[in-house]
Amino acid sequence: MRRRNWSIPYALFLLVFVVIPLLLIVWYAFTDEEGALTLSNFRKFMMHPEAMNTFIYSIGIAIITTLVCLVLGYPAAYILSQKQFKTSKTMVVLFILPMWVNILIRTLATVALFDFLKLPLGEGALIFGMVYNFLPFMIYPIYNTLQKMDQNLIEAAQDLGANPVKVFGKVILPLSMPGIVSGIVMVFMPTVSTFAIAELLTMNNIKLFGTTVQENIYNGMWNYGAALSLIMLLLIGIMSLFTNEEDSAQNESGGVI
Amino acid sequence: MMTRIMAKGYLWFLLALLYSPILIIMIFSFTEAKVLGNWTGFSFKLYSSLFSGGMHHSLINAIWNTFAIALIAASVSTALGSIAAIGIYNLRSRARGVMNFTNNIPIMNPDIITGVSLFLLFVSFGISQGFTTVVLAHIAFCTPYVVLSVTPRLKKMNPNIYEAALDLGATPFQALRKVILPEILPGMISGFILAFTLSIDDFAVTIFTIGNEGLETLSTYIYADARKGGLTPELRPLSTIIFVTVLVLLIVINKRAEKQKKE
Repeated sequence: MRRRNWSIPYALFLLVFVVIPLLLIVWYAFTDEEGALTLSNFRKFMMHPEAMNTFIYSIGIAIITTLVCLVLGYPAAYILSQKQFKTSKTMVVLFILPMWVNILIRTLATVALFDFLKLPLGEGALIFGMVYNFLPFMIYPIYNTLQKMDQNLIEAAQDLGANPVKVFGKVILPLSMPGIVSGIVMVFMPTVSTFAIAELLTMNNIKLFGTTVQENIYNGMWNYGAALSLIMLLLIGIMSLFTNEEDSAQNESGGVI
Repeated sequence: MMTRIMAKGYLWFLLALLYSPILIIMIFSFTEAKVLGNWTGFSFKLYSSLFSGGMHHSLINAIWNTFAIALIAASVSTALGSIAAIGIYNLRSRARGVMNFTNNIPIMNPDIITGVSLFLLFVSFGISQGFTTVVLAHIAFCTPYVVLSVTPRLKKMNPNIYEAALDLGATPFQALRKVILPEILPGMISGFILAFTLSIDDFAVTIFTIGNEGLETLSTYIYADARKGGLTPELRPLSTIIFVTVLVLLIVINKRAEKQKKE
């Protein structure tokens, strides 16, 4: 019996439920309702200031969220990874745990918190909610790389007379770069592609690009919606080019969390 | 010493920030007030009314649907993914690379893209959307994770044991059941739990594939509820229960993973 044939059912499954659907996005994006090839969907996006503004605004929010996550998350990942601080494994789990709570419940919880503290819902709530939702995605990959870092390198740098600032700048930071890059992608991608979350956090005052995509699909504008999805996919594809090697290395270990 | 206290303090500050929203919901699940933030005394009323049904019939339905979908999707994903992992492991390296790459696409893709792409698949082929399409969609994004959690177990396995079983007269099926299955079982269980939680948690893919026949899962129910402005008070105890359940499940997974590492 040839066990390699066992991959055939799944290969067919992937073809039908992964490859063909993605090709359909491309197909719909470049055709009109009658099925004729056209670029009008993309032209519509370019000419439509609202969609364009939402797109740029979403990227802006995603960048701010990513930066805040990086600034808050890096020190946390560093502290968690270093033996000198004697943090327990449970601490790490505590940081990852919120990731597994339904995103809508998390978002509504943020709204509840802001209501409870009598803070206004708006841009501030939006960024807080996004950071709250995606901070674990920043901490975990950085923690992972820092944990695998060879501690002898730090000691060597210290022995050779580097001060703490230099040790950080010349040794720790460069070595944690893969984790930082993967953290940035893992925060940026979901932030830029969320839908419904922003509306809940801002009482429908702010719309992000994901919602534009969803609304168009919902209202039957499949071709335009597909074009917008493709634009998002390209943006994310460009981002994820930076992390390909990183991910394959992580998968080897096969850990769940 | 000083730096250690500051470092720990920082971690606790971040954790407090991360958990404050959930904590607020948990605290206010033990009071009757309709509006969150009003404390009208300690009570289990919301918990009992959540389970008494009747009034919240649609919510109870949504919970059932969520669990039914998750159970079916996780079971099928585990079976499909485990068989696939064995197959992929035995492929030649070129074909294996292609399979692994394709397997990673749903993991890398944002939910909304997965959702839109499956939506287009179903409408293009004129398949009416409902329970089946949601289950299929969930299998599509859960199976890759099962493959990823079974594959490392196969890599760790000594391939000679399987050959030895065959040499000693076992049929390939017996060898599979008695040799390979026990080895990959921990990966299958982790994969199942992972698929189950992912399915329960999903919102983006579900909303694109659920159609408009009135079928609701928990996520779409909460979404519809939140859009109406008010949040059904019973969602507070429900969120609390879900959070505690996820907590317990994660601790179990983690304990398993640690035990596996020790082995």
